[in-house]
Amino acid sequence: MSKIFETPIYPYSRSDDQDAISPRRKEIIIIGAGPVGLAAAIDLAQQNVPVLVLDDNDKVSFGSRAICFSKRTLDIADRLGCGQALVDKGVQWDAGKVFFDDRQVYEFSLSPETGHRHPAFINLQQYYLEDYLVRRVRELETAGAPIEVRGRNRVSAIAQHDDHVTLEIDTPEGPYNLESDWLIACDGAGSPTRQMLSIDFVGRVFEDNFLIADVVMEADFPSERWFWFDPPFNRGQSALLHKQPDDVWRIDLQLGWDIDKEEEKKPENVIPRLRAMLGDDVNFELEWVSIYTFQCRRMDQFRHRRVIFAGDASHQVSPFGARGANSGLQDTDNLCWKLKLVLDGTAPDTLLDSYDAERVFGADENILNSSRSTDFITPKSETSRLLRDAVLDLAEHHAFARPLVNSGRLSVPCTYDASPLNSPDDLTGGPDQTRPGAPCADAPLEDGFLLNQLGDRFILLSINADAPETLSESGITVDRLAFPATEALLERYLGTAGSALYLIRPDQHVAARWDTFDEPAIRAAIRRAIGREN
Amino acid sequence: MANLKLSPNIAAADDFYAELLAAHEGLGKDQSDALNARLLLILSNHIGDRAVLSAAIETASNSG
Repeated sequence: MSKIFETPIYPYSRSDDQDAISPRRKEIIIIGAGPVGLAAAIDLAQQNVPVLVLDDNDKVSFGSRAICFSKRTLDIADRLGCGQALVDKGVQWDAGKVFFDDRQVYEFSLSPETGHRHPAFINLQQYYLEDYLVRRVRELETAGAPIEVRGRNRVSAIAQHDDHVTLEIDTPEGPYNLESDWLIACDGAGSPTRQMLSIDFVGRVFEDNFLIADVVMEADFPSERWFWFDPPFNRGQSALLHKQPDDVWRIDLQLGWDIDKEEEKKPENVIPRLRAMLGDDVNFELEWVSIYTFQCRRMDQFRHRRVIFAGDASHQVSPFGARGANSGLQDTDNLCWKLKLVLDGTAPDTLLDSYDAERVFGADENILNSSRSTDFITPKSETSRLLRDAVLDLAEHHAFARPLVNSGRLSVPCTYDASPLNSPDDLTGGPDQTRPGAPCADAPLEDGFLLNQLGDRFILLSINADAPETLSESGITVDRLAFPATEALLERYLGTAGSALYLIRPDQHVAARWDTFDEPAIRAAIRRAIGREN
Repeated sequence: MANLKLSPNIAAADDFYAELLAAHEGLGKDQSDALNARLLLILSNHIGDRAVLSAAIETASNSG
């Protein structure tokens, strides 16, 4: 079987930058063509910002890696032009089951609210996500957008200067140098950029190993997330089963700390473990096996002068909760519009400090959630295990204990409550879910969905409220979008208010809201949202 | 401290205590520990009030 990850999809080819006499200057260089780097590149190129992606490899990532992509990621991917492709290929799911020993103790659904374009989650191998993103890059290239991905271009040295960064790059044909106004490091948890700049990355190490296996099988298990605590086939440990496209199933087995990783990875040791889990009558084929350990940690700051870190390069969490790749895409979603305004001179470069403030807040939320899940899944003391087992026993019989069951708190976008870009909430009776700092909730319109009408630019959303069709302030043009109050809009944007105006950022987060048009207040809120007013 | 009751509040306290001991009768250490853990969670949920629960945790932590 020819595997997608064996074919170079951005093969090395010589650039004339390599023949330049003195290093050429770029506006933005991104290091890393993983999901986060590619998303950043597409986002910027769509806004006509020239962008160059450098990657030391030339293929999609090996093995399935990140597989759970959240509704927020799909909403972002819509804006990047490939959301539907992901949904069409992915396995949709919104339900999960939790087992303890040999009993089912709990069942949950992740999307209680209807009227969203996208499902709560899809499962999709990371290599497919990268493949769709690269296809989108090619589409943009063909349409003349200023975007380029250079494979087998390994950055070997970085130096910071007052208004730019210099890079030394190794290629199969030797080294060359480039300069860039800005550098976005999306080069993963082991970030060479972070190491070259000698920036600390400290946090909590979890002493546990997990075997991760992708198996190909035709099985009747439903498209749900199944999680086992202390199952008969993996005593004292946990297990996870998840469906991916192409009849590939992800199996995660906790192994404990004192193991021989090389031994455990051998098929003759993996297959009996899987056989014990799946039963004797299921035929399966092993596609990919890996053993991982994890840490929960982040950099102190994500912005270091002209170098900005995003995704795993800046923060790392345990895999329970799908908060890795999903949060990385929220990073670039947050960053790119700000960078565009700074490059245009519309916003001061201090606007980028709000990227730091907002995404550090997001990373802390993710680290907190994933650390708590890990403490529940892998108790660190006898008492911790005792309480965990009591929760699971009670959950089987009593609803009250179910919210305490923590097999992973699945990724939801965070609300930037304390963001310096927010204006005070001025919508009395407005729903909590769309308060300033919150990501906009999707809602069905007469034709299509709300979120697809937003994005890439500032919007003034009006519901039963008068406002000018367009408003210009400090170089920002804000267009008005008006919709009649459908039931979902009423519930998600009006609450008990009679009318509402929302100032919505290009990343679809609410910056401010009012009940009626108040021009000076709206102008001040626009200035605040681009870092021009405190 | 919050509304945590620390004055006597259980009628026929000796009966209650005997019932608690009876529930543990015949159980091994592991089973007893598990019963206590379940009981703790049931009672905590019944109380519900986070401030009261925090006060109870603090009081228990400082009384040993």
